Amino acid sequence: MQLILERRLSRPRHIEFLFPLIALALALIFSGILLWIFGANPFETYAAMASGAFGQRYNISETILRAIPLMLTGLAVGIAFRMLFWNIGAEGQFVWGVIAATWVALFLPEQIGGLPQWAFLPVMILAAFVAGAIWGLIPAFLKTALGVNEIITTLMFNYVALLWMQYLYTGAWKDPEGFGFPGSAQFPKHAWLPRLPFDLERVHYGLVMAVLAALLLWLVLDRTKWGLEIKVIGKNPLAARYAGMSIARNVLLVMCVSGGIAGLAGFSQVAGVAHRMQNGIAVGDGFTAIIVAWLAKLNPWAILLVSVLLAGLNTGGDQLQITMGLPAAVAGVLQGSILFFVLGADVFINYRLRVIRTQPRRASTPTPAARGPTPAD
Amino acid sequence: MELALLISILTVTIQAGASLVFAAVGEIYTERAGVLNLGLEGILIMGAVSAFAVGFHTDSLLLGTLAAILVGGALAAIHAFLSVTLRADQVVSGLALTLFGIGLSSFLGQRLGPEGAPLVGLVGPKFTKAALPGLNQIPMLGQALFNQDLLVYLMYLTVPVSAFLLYRTRLGLNVRAVGEDPDTADAMGISVTRTRYLATIGGGMLMGLGGAHLSLAYTPGWTENLTGGRGWIAIALVIFATWEPARALLGALIFGGVNAIQFRLQAAGGGVIPAAMLAMMPYLLTVVVLTLITVYENVSRRLGAPAALGLPYMRGER
Repeated sequence: MQLILERRLSRPRHIEFLFPLIALALALIFSGILLWIFGANPFETYAAMASGAFGQRYNISETILRAIPLMLTGLAVGIAFRMLFWNIGAEGQFVWGVIAATWVALFLPEQIGGLPQWAFLPVMILAAFVAGAIWGLIPAFLKTALGVNEIITTLMFNYVALLWMQYLYTGAWKDPEGFGFPGSAQFPKHAWLPRLPFDLERVHYGLVMAVLAALLLWLVLDRTKWGLEIKVIGKNPLAARYAGMSIARNVLLVMCVSGGIAGLAGFSQVAGVAHRMQNGIAVGDGFTAIIVAWLAKLNPWAILLVSVLLAGLNTGGDQLQITMGLPAAVAGVLQGSILFFVLGADVFINYRLRVIRTQPRRASTPTPAARGPTPAD
Repeated sequence: MELALLISILTVTIQAGASLVFAAVGEIYTERAGVLNLGLEGILIMGAVSAFAVGFHTDSLLLGTLAAILVGGALAAIHAFLSVTLRADQVVSGLALTLFGIGLSSFLGQRLGPEGAPLVGLVGPKFTKAALPGLNQIPMLGQALFNQDLLVYLMYLTVPVSAFLLYRTRLGLNVRAVGEDPDTADAMGISVTRTRYLATIGGGMLMGLGGAHLSLAYTPGWTENLTGGRGWIAIALVIFATWEPARALLGALIFGGVNAIQFRLQAAGGGVIPAAMLAMMPYLLTVVVLTLITVYENVSRRLGAPAALGLPYMRGER
């Protein structure tokens, strides 16, 4: 008797919905066992997390607020992943968005002799987009011109950007009136991204930016020739080349957009939430974005939804620290295991497990199964 | 005086580089078999926290080290199961492992102290320097090379043993075959699945050992985010080393050296160059070196990467 994985000839619709849900349940059980082993009650923990994330109006608004940078960075890496360019550097591109927005808000007007108040936000948005795009274009250029592996370069650039920002807010851009507190001066009020007019506490217009970005990406990817090219390059680069598509040009263009959107995420955090450049503004959203994009199967609308769910894990995790004295890092454990199980479930969407009975085979004669389906050893 | 300074820099260089060597060699085994393990950072940090926790509670360096090795192997097994058996995307699976490891290590670090207290700030056992009699008398290098802790000596052994294993044994041949051309290896009767599991788990154990060196010798104790991106540097090192253990040692020493010099410069009055700028050096160096290597490899048309790296194997498909 043997267990084999066999490629499914047809993919029933219900499987595509059911299996990720099963995976989610299994991930909760798996993490629950881990929690229980190390002395935390999994049911109480999950309940506390859920109420911390979605319990009351305030919690919901905090979760949405937390989701905004995830949405934008998720969209950013999502478009790069579409053409199999592994942009692990959204965090660094985010940071450059923060740096550029801060520069415009605090230092540009002085240098050019003043900036009208209404121009602050548009110029900040533009600067953040450009800065993020440039930071994303360097690895893209290294990849297309010289073939340098982008996973490593984008990753290393994260650390460079983070240290650069740290240098700025602890050194050159440190608030002289900040009593030694490491951080820039507060932005002037007209450089703050306003809150939404509905009763959603701190939720700001970054949410509108994220939804607009998703809409634009969806239109471009699903409705234009360029979107088709990106898809073809991602699915089959060889075919793309035969069809006369320039892979290098597309990589550069896509990374320009990807880095730019990640830069916008940085802008929305610094102009919408912190209102100054300081420690704790970059908390790894550029990394979580990879999970967001993957879980959402790179679909822009799904990215928005998944962001809210993962943000819920984070706000719920923060709540754990307050209500149960459990580390907020539980959120990371949960995110990691959800990803494990969804990855596993993915396989069973494309393949099915079959139990077959084989005659005892001799070492040298191939079994009939050897050609198509594969023994999973 | 100058000489004393050089010796002390070299000593610190080796200490800073040891965990990188373990981690990079572990990744070399894994990648040689055709599996890309981006979970290295997660395994390294889990190795560090388990080594310290077990070492602290049992007061045994041996048990702490063994725990790190076992945890490293177990985490790598998850990656092997997902990427070899289930043929999941290796990049995503590795990233998931890193996320999981960082989260779990932080969770454990806050729970595993005495009576559920945090581990942070506790003092546990640590590997002390043990001079090798005779060898440490070698002029100049003796003090730096042979007045180190036990794990560093183990690291010295790891490199030639790994090179021997990869190039001079049947097992090493199988590992390389499976990474270069799994179809042919399979036809030759080598089990692709088993070899990849073996290389991934064995590599994970070495990565765990690297974590143990961090929390039991280099910076004894536990703080959150103890590894500080070392796992990612090790992954870059593997490429820098073109998948050769000996060159990984060389690379790790260069990186360790940059770190050591950076600390020296900071101590010697960081007024001239800000600390953050110095801390950037290893990361920028990685990008520069990687670029140079890639250009060189392209020019010489001899790619060192295992041909089947990152590709799941499915008999009869392809």
